[in-house]
Amino acid sequence: MGKPMKIRASVKDGMTEVKILMQHDMETGLRKDADGSLIPAWFITEVKAEYQGRVVLDAQFGQSISKNPYLMFSFKGGSAGEKVMISWVDNTGDSRSDEVTISA
Amino acid sequence: MSKEIDLGRRKALSTGGIGLLALFGGASLLRPSEALAEWNKPAFTSKAVDEALSSLGASNPEENSALIRLTVPEIAENGAVVPVGISTSLPNVEQIAIMVDKNPNVLAAVFNIPEGTAAEVTTRVKMGKTAHVVALVKADGKYYRTSKEVKVTAGGCGG
Repeated sequence: MGKPMKIRASVKDGMTEVKILMQHDMETGLRKDADGSLIPAWFITEVKAEYQGRVVLDAQFGQSISKNPYLMFSFKGGSAGEKVMISWVDNTGDSRSDEVTISA
Repeated sequence: MSKEIDLGRRKALSTGGIGLLALFGGASLLRPSEALAEWNKPAFTSKAVDEALSSLGASNPEENSALIRLTVPEIAENGAVVPVGISTSLPNVEQIAIMVDKNPNVLAAVFNIPEGTAAEVTTRVKMGKTAHVVALVKADGKYYRTSKEVKVTAGGCGG
């Protein structure tokens, strides 16, 4: 199980803005450790955001996304008190899902 | 004798089964009613922008810096964390992608934008050295691109 995400979602003028900070090393598989051996690739490959069972963003990541990935987007609709669910999977099959309550 | 062997095999099978179940259980979190696109391995292992574009089905996108707003710093003091923002006024945006032309794997991210989601995303990318950040937008079935150079300063001391 991955480490928890930090998520904020707030609604303004009919648009819900979502800011996500994931905790993940995002290893490229190209770096070497102190002994000179390659550190295996380990990175998030897919991120999905759902609101009321509907996918509001579907992203695919490569190794070039920074460590502890940050993502901001917004979608039409949403009211304070409702939930947005974010989930990711990485190239090792690990995954994480977190929910956030939309604030006004 | 053969029974014991069989039991051993059963045990191995069931343990493997649990492992598989855990694997699929995790994956199912990302497989709801809507069928999502598989991770595009050929695109994400592309070593050049043109190769990534063709893997995404976006050969010869129209160069258009007026319709796509690409927000990147002119100088990045830390190549490990370069903020990238892409937005567009194009209608019916289906997809937004970010590439870094000098990175070993050029494609950083692909965002599928469903109807009702704003054609605007912000994230952070790694840059090995000074390079162009390329923004690709698919709108109404057509591809558009623009790019900007980001100077990555060595040592991360700025100045």
